Amino acid sequence: MNVTESFLTAIDSLMANKMRSILTMLGVIIGVAAVIALMAIGNGFSAFVSNEIQSLGTNLVIIVSDTDVSGGYQTLSMSDIDALSDPANTPDVTEVAATVQSTKEIIYQRRNTSATVVGVTSNYFDVYNLSEVSQGNLPTQQDNDTRARVAVLGATIATKLFEDTYPIGEAIKISGTDYRVIGILAEKGGSMSSPDDQIFVPLETAQAYITPLRTRKGEMAVTMLLTTAASEDATDAAIQQITDTLRTRHNVLYAGEDDFQIISQTSLLDTFSTITSALTLFLGAIAGISLLVGGIGIMNIMLVSVTERTREIGIRKAVGALQRDILIQFLIEALVLSLVGGLLGIGLGWLMTVIVAPIMEDAVPVIDLGTIALATSFAAGVGLVFGIYPAWRAARLHPIEALRYE
Amino acid sequence: MIELANITKTYTMGTQEVHALRGVDLTINKGEYVAIMGPSGSGKSTLMNIIGCLDTPSNGTYILNDIDVSDMDDDDLARVRNQQIGFIFQQFNLLARTSALKQVALPLTYAGYSRRDRYERAEAMLKSVGLGDRIDHRPDELSGGQQQRVAIARALVTEPSIILADEPTGNLDTASGEEILAILDDMHQQGITIVMVTHATEVAERTERAIRLRDGLVVNGS
Ligand SMILES: Nc1ncnc2c1ncn2[C@@H]1O[C@H](COP(=O)(O)OP(=O)(O)OP(=O)(O)O)[C@@H](O)[C@H]1O
Ligand SMILES: [Mg+2]
Repeated sequence: MNVTESFLTAIDSLMANKMRSILTMLGVIIGVAAVIALMAIGNGFSAFVSNEIQSLGTNLVIIVSDTDVSGGYQTLSMSDIDALSDPANTPDVTEVAATVQSTKEIIYQRRNTSATVVGVTSNYFDVYNLSEVSQGNLPTQQDNDTRARVAVLGATIATKLFEDTYPIGEAIKISGTDYRVIGILAEKGGSMSSPDDQIFVPLETAQAYITPLRTRKGEMAVTMLLTTAASEDATDAAIQQITDTLRTRHNVLYAGEDDFQIISQTSLLDTFSTITSALTLFLGAIAGISLLVGGIGIMNIMLVSVTERTREIGIRKAVGALQRDILIQFLIEALVLSLVGGLLGIGLGWLMTVIVAPIMEDAVPVIDLGTIALATSFAAGVGLVFGIYPAWRAARLHPIEALRYE
Repeated sequence: MIELANITKTYTMGTQEVHALRGVDLTINKGEYVAIMGPSGSGKSTLMNIIGCLDTPSNGTYILNDIDVSDMDDDDLARVRNQQIGFIFQQFNLLARTSALKQVALPLTYAGYSRRDRYERAEAMLKSVGLGDRIDHRPDELSGGQQQRVAIARALVTEPSIILADEPTGNLDTASGEEILAILDDMHQQGITIVMVTHATEVAERTERAIRLRDGLVVNGS
């Protein structure tokens, strides 16, 4: 008997016992569905995170000030901006923007809310990719120098405060003082401290009236510096130059720790990919275990099935089935069960991701072909490995003993 | 031609040995119609299984159509059963949940016939045993006599030279039994060798020769 015939015989036998076949497949269906769904959720999560990080821009290097716990003193000062802007210190740095930020109460007429108020240098919007406005204008260098009380709003907070009112020229209160709204930013999206929820004022305005932070020496302080490296490849060199310059300026000892933190897209991506790949691996392991359990289920049912079908095997042998014929029939049955189970599992897993997608919001689950290939070959492997022993047992049955079996 | 020389079969159950056959010498010529009789436990089924290559003797030689099959391996015996022997059992031994057509086609599957040839032959064979209108019926949708006729069609479909029937009418009423015996008579007319186990003298009388077994030995008719 050739393999095609064995295959058809196996299909016949599975179709003749539909209920048993379906129950056997259940373990694999659930196992594969779990693999697909969990991997898709893991993939979606990591895609989401790396997207967020990449939206920062590839050349961006952020320096965050340390905060002195006792007095709230910062380590980064206005003069640091000038030092980092000097090509003699940092040849690979092209732009330096700075911010101070704090969370304040915002009032417009009867509405009030709280929001992060960010004091920014006028080049901040360019450096951070935020220069697109939906209405009005961005603050100018002159607004900064004159400490003008003007504000630009993120899209979400603007809608929240003004609803249908035309916002430009309106006055909002920040910490009790009036600021004139001069622009609304275009919507940016994203969820980790999205600019849509923030309010921007000129840096020196903020330092004077809203967030008057200072360094230990008494200089006006900033909480964050945003710099761009000349190119993506120059990022590492820029980070080194920035570190050297700031350590020298802050008189950090050779053995001392940096009094600031540097965050670049590369460092963020590295950190997050470590986390997300650990997560994906963990989810994969859980899913793998459920597949293994499914496989043992198949072996169990196949063994029971060999016992239950002893007479059938006896009859087949009596009319001329070779050991090989029986072996292949049972193997193919196990293989078909796990493959069909695998396909149904892919369908179910896909359904599960569709169901959880709304809960996951921006981290849309992603089913990739690799996962499908992995799950399918795992299912086939499960069928083969756990099918061999029962099939071998069946093939070796003695025809007379098999026929006698009650 | 079936030639058995000093065939013994011993079953060991724990420490106890059961001598089911204790030295059977027997020759059955091509085309003969033979009955095997004897009390229960005398070794009739054991002998039939050995003749049918379903089992191997503990000792002795069995020459089937000039080939020594006494110590063939499992797969070689399966080929002999498939090509030269047809079985009819008292309990029919049909596959559950399987149509008559597929039951009858089964031996042809293992013989390597194409799907089309199998079904054509199986259908023709079912027609010849009077079941042309039952080919899609499964065993639980057939009477005992009809099930046995499916089993006969299955035994005949490979055109074997020998048919072995172990109490083929044992589970049937007189009328159905008579139908089965009529088919066997017919097969005999066609020149097929038939060996049948029976307890009924009137059934044995239809055959050409009755062989009597007692306690694993042939006492009469070898
Ligand atoms: N698998 C076995 N294991 C142990 N003993 C067996 C086995 N098969 C048969 N025997 C014994 O061998 C002897 C002959 O059995 P066999 O089935 O050949 O008898 P039989 O003549 O066909 O009887 P019946 O008319 O009741 O069918 C009996 O004593 C039986 O108990
Ligand atoms: Mg018997």
